[in-house]
Amino acid sequence: MERQIAAAKAVLFLLCLLPVAYYGLGLWQDTLGANPIEAFTRGLGDWALRLLLITLAVTPLRRLTGQVWVMKLRRMLGLFVFFYACLHLTAYLWLDQFFDWPAILMDIVKRPFITTGMIAFVLLVPLAATSSNAMIRRLGGRRWQQLHRLIYPLAMIAVLHYTWMVRVDVTQPAIYGLMLALLLGLRLWWRFVDARKPASLLGGFPRSKHRIIPIQTRR
Amino acid sequence: MPIKRPDAIAYSEVTPESVMAARRRFLRLAAGSVAALALSDLQAAEKLAPALRSRFSADEPPTPYRHVTGYNNYVEFGSAKEDPAELSSGLRTRPWSVVIDGLVQKPRTLAIEDILKLAPIEERIYRLRCVEGWSMVVPWLGFPLSTLLKQVEPLGSAKYVEFTTITQADVMPGVRRHTLDWPYHEGLRLDEAMHPLTLACLGLYGEVLPNQNGAPIRLIVPWKYGFKSSKSIVRIRYTEQPPQTTWSALQPSEYGFYANVNPAVDHPRWSQARERRLGEILKRPTLPFNGYADQVGQLYAGMDLRKNF
Repeated sequence: MERQIAAAKAVLFLLCLLPVAYYGLGLWQDTLGANPIEAFTRGLGDWALRLLLITLAVTPLRRLTGQVWVMKLRRMLGLFVFFYACLHLTAYLWLDQFFDWPAILMDIVKRPFITTGMIAFVLLVPLAATSSNAMIRRLGGRRWQQLHRLIYPLAMIAVLHYTWMVRVDVTQPAIYGLMLALLLGLRLWWRFVDARKPASLLGGFPRSKHRIIPIQTRR
Repeated sequence: MPIKRPDAIAYSEVTPESVMAARRRFLRLAAGSVAALALSDLQAAEKLAPALRSRFSADEPPTPYRHVTGYNNYVEFGSAKEDPAELSSGLRTRPWSVVIDGLVQKPRTLAIEDILKLAPIEERIYRLRCVEGWSMVVPWLGFPLSTLLKQVEPLGSAKYVEFTTITQADVMPGVRRHTLDWPYHEGLRLDEAMHPLTLACLGLYGEVLPNQNGAPIRLIVPWKYGFKSSKSIVRIRYTEQPPQTTWSALQPSEYGFYANVNPAVDHPRWSQARERRLGEILKRPTLPFNGYADQVGQLYAGMDLRKNF
């Protein structure tokens, strides 16, 4: 099992690098169309949001399939969200604004879609910084879990960031919003259902007050 | 001695107008359309050769043809920049006519074939600045809009003109999805519409307008954000009141009636101080009235351009 998980992780790692390879190569080869910098910046933002939704899909996937091992992929997915968010932000600061700090500051203060993008990024930082096993131990499972619930408001803010950027036709952001609503709604629903179930029906697990976070064993 | 009268010329001997027009077009082409000749082997599209080069042309290198025709806002065909080029091939541009009505002595309906012959075709290389913060330089073909507007006699009460874009719902996915309140309406003050820079545009890069650029006839108002330059026009209406325009109706705080390019007045959601010229990496500063302040600034003398954005 350990070996299969390691293989799955390696495959997933390479898959997660495909978008950055596509956009990086596209920028280099000038195949991103008439406005390559915009395509690059938006493409990386798209993937940060997609990976965020995929990360949020891991727990429901475990629950629906009973495959507990998928939880071991969650941290890598979350870190890739941070990776793409960093690239997206860098593209904006560098290629879009060329480090014109007064203009950037003005954007953050005056433009709601930039403000929300920045808030989402700032909320991501502590999550990425506390992703290691050592940090989980230092914080303690319960506090770590409370901190990482930040991902829920963060995801909503990220969808808002996308919605407010669009000039007309919010179909695309609406699709992301619906998927997020589904992923968060499932969690609410399960919380409600679990609270009503007697402990004996919870699949043999002793019912704990707080859910268990799997900590990866070091090899 | 009787003088023999020459025989009357039979109608069958008269050169048909279409042949004459074709010959004229050919002569124009031969006479010196460098742009059209240079491009003639690139596209199979119908050629439209300029007879005149305009003194209003910008002295800047035009944006490559593939960007001019591949990166468009024509929301009837979709909201992505590539959508118009990919999805507009079904637009029916023949038969086509433009109705000019409203506050006029006698409304007229002009067929596109007749509009093409109203005046010599000029090439005008204009900067185009989109409200979204990008810009391009396009070698448009056409003649002053005033030539078209003068085909009718407006009443004294007429102060504005409204432009209506065609809707062909069966070939326009954006129209079917009601992304905006169709048909697309735009408008100009009469003096803006009559200004020599304002163009009734029929082509670009030496050929007739591609569908995605607003075939077969569109407006070009180079000192205003691109959305003011209506595409695929079917109706021009003289009015007394400022016409309700599509973008302004959608979001009045973001899109005003005037929409003059103005680096000092931001769009609520982004700065307008700079723009990305397609093909360039660094953004360049945006110029007041898109660089046409000398020609059009006096139209707005005494107006508060922050209020009348």
